[in-house]
Amino acid sequence: MTNPERHMPSMTSGLLAVARRDLLLAWKRPGDVLNPLFFFAMVCTLFPLAVGPSAEQLTFSGPGVLWVAALLAMLISLNSLFISDFDDGSLEQLLISPQPLPLVGLGKTISHWLTSGLPLVLVSPIVAITYRMPGDVVLVLMLTLTLGTVSLSLLGSIGAALTVGLHRGTALLSLLILPLSMPVLIIGANTVSLAAGNETYSAGIWALAAYAVGTLSLAPYATAAALRISNE
Amino acid sequence: MWKWFHQLASPPHFYRIAPTFSLVLLLPGLALIAYGVYAGLFLAPMDYQQGDAFRIIYIHVPSAYLSLMAYMIMAVAGGIGLIWRMKLAHAVAASAAPLGAWFTFLALATGSIWGRPMWGTWWEWADPRMMSELILLFFYFGYMALRGAIDDTAKADKASAVLALVGVINVIIVHYSVTWWSSLHQGQTIMAKEGPAMDPGMLYPLLANIFGFTLLFGSLILRRTRTEVLFRERRTRWVKEMILAPEGQR
Amino acid sequence: MTAQLSAENLTLFRGDRCLFRGVGFALNSGELLILEGSNGSGKTSLMKAIVGMLDLEKGVVSWNGMPVAEQRQVFHGALVWTAHRVGLKADLTLVENLRFEAALRPQGSDDLETVLERLEISRLKPLPLRSLSAGQQRRVALARMLLADVPLWLMDEPFTNLDREGRALVMELVKEHLDKGGMCVMAAHQDVEIDAPVKKVVLQ
Repeated sequence: MTNPERHMPSMTSGLLAVARRDLLLAWKRPGDVLNPLFFFAMVCTLFPLAVGPSAEQLTFSGPGVLWVAALLAMLISLNSLFISDFDDGSLEQLLISPQPLPLVGLGKTISHWLTSGLPLVLVSPIVAITYRMPGDVVLVLMLTLTLGTVSLSLLGSIGAALTVGLHRGTALLSLLILPLSMPVLIIGANTVSLAAGNETYSAGIWALAAYAVGTLSLAPYATAAALRISNE
Repeated sequence: MWKWFHQLASPPHFYRIAPTFSLVLLLPGLALIAYGVYAGLFLAPMDYQQGDAFRIIYIHVPSAYLSLMAYMIMAVAGGIGLIWRMKLAHAVAASAAPLGAWFTFLALATGSIWGRPMWGTWWEWADPRMMSELILLFFYFGYMALRGAIDDTAKADKASAVLALVGVINVIIVHYSVTWWSSLHQGQTIMAKEGPAMDPGMLYPLLANIFGFTLLFGSLILRRTRTEVLFRERRTRWVKEMILAPEGQR
Repeated sequence: MTAQLSAENLTLFRGDRCLFRGVGFALNSGELLILEGSNGSGKTSLMKAIVGMLDLEKGVVSWNGMPVAEQRQVFHGALVWTAHRVGLKADLTLVENLRFEAALRPQGSDDLETVLERLEISRLKPLPLRSLSAGQQRRVALARMLLADVPLWLMDEPFTNLDREGRALVMELVKEHLDKGGMCVMAAHQDVEIDAPVKKVVLQ
């Protein structure tokens, strides 16, 4: 029945198909995309309420607050990365598809970043302005958030893959991901602070870029291994 | 060599020989620690700056060193278990984690007690080494929590091995980023004083304690792994036969 | 082109429990392998072990004479597995789901429309999968199987949720697949009647 020259989908077609499917799913359920954004905005509102609304206070803590809020929002969105696929059985279908699993996982992570990291980057200027951040610093913030959230999505995919299918998954995921994400937070927030203080900050940008490239090349393999283990 | 390795890795064999090896490590370890503690507390000269407070390094430095060492062992054992499917390696990783967490805690506690007279505070956020240790402790918590959350032992072994391997890379990055961060905030450099400049009278007890703690740690790992092996193999024939065997033949 | 799926001495543990021990079979083109056994006897686990999702304690699964572990991608490109759960997205329509599946593995020459017509689900095309009944969702999973150009079909309890007509249809499709030189592994707890060479593995 099968002809020897049958058409085998290319290596990247799985990646593209998964990314496209997840984007389509996000489109049909916009709440999943918006909730982390609202969360981000609300955490940023909590700080002035708790610490005080003075201008110095806000300028001083702004970079840190925005970064912590972004990190937590990413964490919230990561929870659902593999869960629905695990629950409806489409994850096991992906595991036995002829597509390389690291690329399939990468496809999901790309779509996750497009629906969580990118919106955060786009919303951050609005919040940053309320924290009295000057325009050029806002650009630095957006750049660090872009590079940082890419790393967070990739690192988070490892944690999400390790905890998928576990009862206490949500709390556990934070416990696994937060220590992993500390370097991103440290570099990201402090780079913005340096920029706000008119100091040289390019080292931080390079470090974040290097970190993003590093996670991009290694994390998909860890995620794939974790997915196989979680589905046993 | 390979054959020896394989034989060692077989659970019944390991179970039988572990006590001997454990004892071989334990005795010189305790001797070294006894010397190190005595010499460190009574014979070593007082530090001209820190007075007697510096003497806590005889516990602090070995603990900090072992906290990292245990993590490395955990990750390497996990990697070996993952790649060569060696069950004993996973048992080693499982028993290294609580020990490592304990040494990390000790390093943090002694560091904090030391910090009190040095910095005038129990906790100095800007010290990069303390921060790295703290994050390392979080790593241990995450690792043990993941292990605890997965019911199936084989699955828990593999998942936690992946986490440990990812963590190893990250522990290094954490260290560098924290160092950079504290340099931005005028980090304390009081702790950067050890090294070749140390008086031999101070240094030798410290070295003795580092080696002694390492041997003690090795001995504890063997004992814990032995218990872990016994528990994991509880349904196998060799364990049943051993339990049922008359006293003295075990 | 003939193909062969074989297994030798498969032994699987879940935790401390041994699910099966020493299972072996050899399945050739045109043959149906039935995995028999009561609930909880390990049929699904055996199937998962065959596709390489579970780590076997002992034993080797081979595809065309080569261990599957050494050619995972080739083997996965030669099979479709209709699992206990359909593995399709409830929020997507039938066509969106099948189009996604088509990007994953080699596709045959059969036209989507014809296949849907045959399975009597073409009128459900614009609906999201969540509004379909369990039996209709099963049929979509069958469509995934028919559209793919693969020699090996794995079916876990394919009759679940299907009416009598649907069950007959499954057997008809399997028969056609076998006649074309395909092969099929089926887990079933009821008797299967088919006019084709049948092999059996019985699990306790």
